[in-house]
Amino acid sequence: MGVVRVQAEDFDAAAEGRALTAGRPEIGALASFIGLCRDEGGRLAALEIEHYPGMAEAEIARVVAEAEARWPLYGITVVHRFGKLRPGDQIVYVGVAASHRGEAFAAAEMLMDFLKTRAPFWKRATRLDGAVEGWVEAKADDDAQAKRWGGG
Amino acid sequence: MKAVYFAWVRERIGKNEEEIAPPAEVATVDDLVAWLASRGENYAHAFDKPQVIRVAIDRAHAARDARIAGAKEIAFFPPMTGG
Repeated sequence: MGVVRVQAEDFDAAAEGRALTAGRPEIGALASFIGLCRDEGGRLAALEIEHYPGMAEAEIARVVAEAEARWPLYGITVVHRFGKLRPGDQIVYVGVAASHRGEAFAAAEMLMDFLKTRAPFWKRATRLDGAVEGWVEAKADDDAQAKRWGGG
Repeated sequence: MKAVYFAWVRERIGKNEEEIAPPAEVATVDDLVAWLASRGENYAHAFDKPQVIRVAIDRAHAARDARIAGAKEIAFFPPMTGG
């Protein structure tokens, strides 16, 4: 029952956080993560993010449900962008509200680990000289990070 | 059933999606990948490392031994790089 959005538009992380906590005095912790487009040492001009409409939302919702089943949480919001992004642009927002920081941090980290390995998004890099560098390769390290949490 | 392709699988095949009608003996995801790979040079190129390709049946990740009977939409794509 978290909020999941897949969109081309930018997001306002502060507003997303306020929406999670407004009128909920039982919440003692809000962990938020923002993923940004890196410039890769000055070489990257842009990232083009392709996604699988329909499945992207469904898969993120499944990951959100797993986090909710694992920890007592008050709310989760995940926003993932697609389309053309430039260095410094925001790519992904994960916000988790809970009573205490432990479960908020842990859930946010699990959500990001699972999002990277399971949500159907693909990045394609364009270099500053205009040449397309090509599809970004998945990292074995991301799989290892996701496996720490067990399950799917 | 509808086959949909993403990222470099889409580029190598040269199509976003298509209707496919595999023969009855194509029962599992693995069978389907092998059958698609035999359809031409572009398909062979897309599936030249079949173990790398991820498959989703009706918008949920599917194991390689999953049965495809009854599937409406099967997607083929490289490992994901979101987040």
